Amino acid sequence: MGAFDYAPAPESRSIVDIAPSYGLFIAGEMVDPVDGAPFKTVNPATEEVLSEVAAAGPADVDRAVAAARSAYDTSWAAMPGRDRAKFLYRLARLVQERSRELAVLESIDNGKPIRESRDVDLPLVAAHLFHYAGWADKLGHAGLGPDPRPLGVAAQVIPWNFPLLMLAWKIAPALATGNTVVLKPAETTPLTALAFADICRQADLPPGVVNIVTGAGDTGRALVEHAGVDKVAFTGSTEVGRQIARSVAGTRKRVTLELGGKAANIVFDDAPLDQAVEGIVNGIFFNQGHVCCAGSRLLVQESVADDLLERLKRRLATLRLGDPLDKNTDIGAINSPEQLARIRELSAVGEQEGAERWSPACDLPDRGFWFPPTVFTGVTQAHRIAREEIFGPVLSVLTFRTPAEALEKANNTPYGLSAGVWTEKGSRILWMAQRLRAGVVWANTFNRFDPASPFGGYKESGYGREGGRHGLEAYLHA
Amino acid sequence: MPEADGDRLAVRKTYKLYLAGAFPRSESGRTYEVAAADGRFLANAALASRKDARDAVVAARKAVAGWSGATAYNRGQVLYRVAEMLEGRRAQFVAEVADGEGLSPAEAGDAVDAAIDRWVWYAGWSDKLAQVLGSSNPVAGPYFDFSVPEPTGVVAVVAPASSLLGLVSVVAPVIVSGNAAVVVASERAPLPAITLAEVLATSDLPGGVVNLLTGRAAEIAPWLASHMDVNALDLTGVDDPELAADLERAAADNLKRVVRPPAAAPDWTADPGLDRLRAFLEIKTVWHPVGV
Amino acid sequence: MTTTAEPLADVTASGATLRRFLHGLPGVDQVGAEARAAGLATRSIKTSAKAFALDLAVRMVDLTTLEGQDTPGKVRALSAKGRQPDPTDPSCPPVAAICVYGDLVPVAVEALRGSGVHTAAVATAFPSGRAPLDVKLADVRASVDAGADEIDMVIDRGAFLAGRYLDVHDEIVATRAACGDAHLKVILETGELATYDNVRRASWLAMLAGADFIKTSTGKVSPAATLPVTLVMLEAVRDFRAATGRQVGVKAAGGIRNAKDAVRYLVVVNETCGDDWLSPDWFRFGASSLLNDLLMQRQKLATGRYAGPDYFTVD
Repeated sequence: MGAFDYAPAPESRSIVDIAPSYGLFIAGEMVDPVDGAPFKTVNPATEEVLSEVAAAGPADVDRAVAAARSAYDTSWAAMPGRDRAKFLYRLARLVQERSRELAVLESIDNGKPIRESRDVDLPLVAAHLFHYAGWADKLGHAGLGPDPRPLGVAAQVIPWNFPLLMLAWKIAPALATGNTVVLKPAETTPLTALAFADICRQADLPPGVVNIVTGAGDTGRALVEHAGVDKVAFTGSTEVGRQIARSVAGTRKRVTLELGGKAANIVFDDAPLDQAVEGIVNGIFFNQGHVCCAGSRLLVQESVADDLLERLKRRLATLRLGDPLDKNTDIGAINSPEQLARIRELSAVGEQEGAERWSPACDLPDRGFWFPPTVFTGVTQAHRIAREEIFGPVLSVLTFRTPAEALEKANNTPYGLSAGVWTEKGSRILWMAQRLRAGVVWANTFNRFDPASPFGGYKESGYGREGGRHGLEAYLHA
Repeated sequence: MPEADGDRLAVRKTYKLYLAGAFPRSESGRTYEVAAADGRFLANAALASRKDARDAVVAARKAVAGWSGATAYNRGQVLYRVAEMLEGRRAQFVAEVADGEGLSPAEAGDAVDAAIDRWVWYAGWSDKLAQVLGSSNPVAGPYFDFSVPEPTGVVAVVAPASSLLGLVSVVAPVIVSGNAAVVVASERAPLPAITLAEVLATSDLPGGVVNLLTGRAAEIAPWLASHMDVNALDLTGVDDPELAADLERAAADNLKRVVRPPAAAPDWTADPGLDRLRAFLEIKTVWHPVGV
Repeated sequence: MTTTAEPLADVTASGATLRRFLHGLPGVDQVGAEARAAGLATRSIKTSAKAFALDLAVRMVDLTTLEGQDTPGKVRALSAKGRQPDPTDPSCPPVAAICVYGDLVPVAVEALRGSGVHTAAVATAFPSGRAPLDVKLADVRASVDAGADEIDMVIDRGAFLAGRYLDVHDEIVATRAACGDAHLKVILETGELATYDNVRRASWLAMLAGADFIKTSTGKVSPAATLPVTLVMLEAVRDFRAATGRQVGVKAAGGIRNAKDAVRYLVVVNETCGDDWLSPDWFRFGASSLLNDLLMQRQKLATGRYAGPDYFTVD
């Protein structure tokens, strides 16, 4: 703390109304589960129990799929695109209206800073719904034939890192193209999905078009493996992605996967240095590093490495870690004890492997799950912390000498989700972008998302794209 | 204008021009009588002069930079807001369209519903045009080459007789991509156009993006067609083929992009396709070398 | 006093070496710089932090009048306001300086005697800077002789944009010499420099030539001070001190109208440069109407009620 000490600036919790328990959202109603045991969801910043949430068992999943099928057959598939558009516009507007409430709820359930849920997550949620609303009645212009048809019932399983945003990324294109949905939010972050169920009610969405089944890995498996499902969309770990790809083999189910990453953020000696520092910070510390496309490997040109690291360390000292509901917090809580254990384990590995570990001075609260922003220097490709996805606020720093070497190191991974390039030279940006084996290349920026901009990975980071015209393909028979 | 029910005397609306976000009378001070299809007096509408047209072009030009510089998302949001406001005023539009065009309430209702839905359709195009009409081009050399559609600038539009559905069908495609418009409303049924202007004025649409003139197309249109600071001309509402040809000739002086009147009376309920969107877009192609 | 810090002394040996140095500084990505400034502007400064910031901001104000119609009466009134901004609240600190045109310096000096508030004079054919060098230096000397503590000069933007960096440098050096004991603020006129790259280069140029402060604007050209431009200048003074050991101050002038803006600037100072720059010795606001908004916010913090303009003096 220096002379200018920011006083607490808490966002009020009173805007949010969390029920003591929740059922499943099936066929337009909140219903009790028939065969699943409830589980608790916890505030990761305080370990306070927030609510008891139903876990959907196989019979519940069955009910949900049946409801989605019925809605598909009786109302949604035959509905003109113009009307599906109007429903999606309603959902977008309702999200905008309730955006503060949803942002606070997201921060409480997920642990991310309110500034991020308010300024990044929620605006993108609304924008995604808006963008796909506009596609619903224009599918003939999407380059997929004059009258592309939907697939049917989509099973969608989403992760805990951007709960409501991942829900929007899945539901918006599915509904716009005429599919109905059964969606399972992550077990540690069910609350904003359940709030979205209420928004579906406010929009008068026909029952069964959207169904929300909460639960853990078993629920997800039951959903994905259900024979009544035509399409599977999954965002999560590469490990589970592989299992899903195996389980749909030989079936008619179409599948898209958005999995892990170990992105290289490449800084050349002519980079705009102060902005590159911001890009590095944003790349790995935004959302506590719980980002599949995080810039978790900094590849810095050797000639400018010392200068850059000095600037980076100085900048990291201004990061504020603490209460996610404080408007000045930059780094929130780690989402769960399991994730915290994994981050700690891999960080210990980093030290054992001989990399040098550094964190800015940081007061960690007593309760809750916390990890300080951490930088490992002296890392090489042979280190585990350069290869394995840590999914936390841990940056591994490597050096390179030439563009070709940077490229080789950047591509030397089974992953291929994203990459960053920092240089003032336009031709080099394009040369790198052309050769990087990554689905998203950010030049002189990082972690930028837009509903119009297709997002997805190469190689083991998954297949399929979400966003823009390309995002329609996964949900249609061309 | 219909009187209120019972004994209560209605407060009648005054119809003025819509220019630079405000509602001035014509600088000429002139008006003309607007009658219902059955001959009933409805209101006096402003009879726009060439100076009003000149001022409208100035206002439109001023608005282009900001409107085309806004994000496509923002433009889409604004247009969707217009649809929300149109929906709220449905009853007023139904009455004005029925009176002006001599339609039954049911027919007028269908036309108004179609107009609102048409507007919603166009609102959703703002952030999709670049992906549908633009491209990355595989040139035979180490260059990154891409083409993007950009708005042409200020578009003068002569609106058709279909006083709301036709009007909306010619205005929305012009502005959704970032152009600004100077619109000459249907001479015989101009009142829905001014009510539309009231909707635009309350929807966060920046002043000057749409300017609405009521009056005689034959008097005003030549000034717009020959104006050297207008980039494109939509002659959809010009019924007289000789006038249309004269206007197209005048437009040639600064090579305006011209949309000719349709050969036959258009079915405004049909799917518009992309023609009206593309007519007011320029394609810009950019090259950049690729190398270390 | 040194005009060029020792580690970089050979950079100003010739126009060519100076150009190579300035053009070799890291570039500034416009979108990134503006995003960083916008991110800092979301900081929520409340209660005790707000009280600290408001008081500090008042102490950092260079209360300014630079109009053709300025008279001794106007300057006396402004000086009285600067000494005692809020007559109803003795806890309110005085401003840092009164900033006036050179011919009114004696009036300000007299009116401020014994208060600790400095007299700052604009000089060197402010605001355009277009006059022969000897005229510009005479302007400076006259103000210094009349008792000005601080001189705010303008750089020759025409020379800068034409690439004549050494000319710009040498003028600043000469002006610094003419200042004697007075401290020199160098106005870059960032609105005319147009790009952040130019702002970074001009900042370094001014510091190499001996500026005590670099200042954004004359306030006569729009845009004047902005949060991103000030961010770039703060990065420059931070990097300059790291390279040479010499600390230079920053003044943001023009267009800062309300307390909320001023607090945002202090957040940017805090998170870019830290404690060392959080004092009137190293950061200033060039403003006129800002002061009353700071006073209104101070009053609201103290009383809990929203204030109105009737309760604050116009000068």
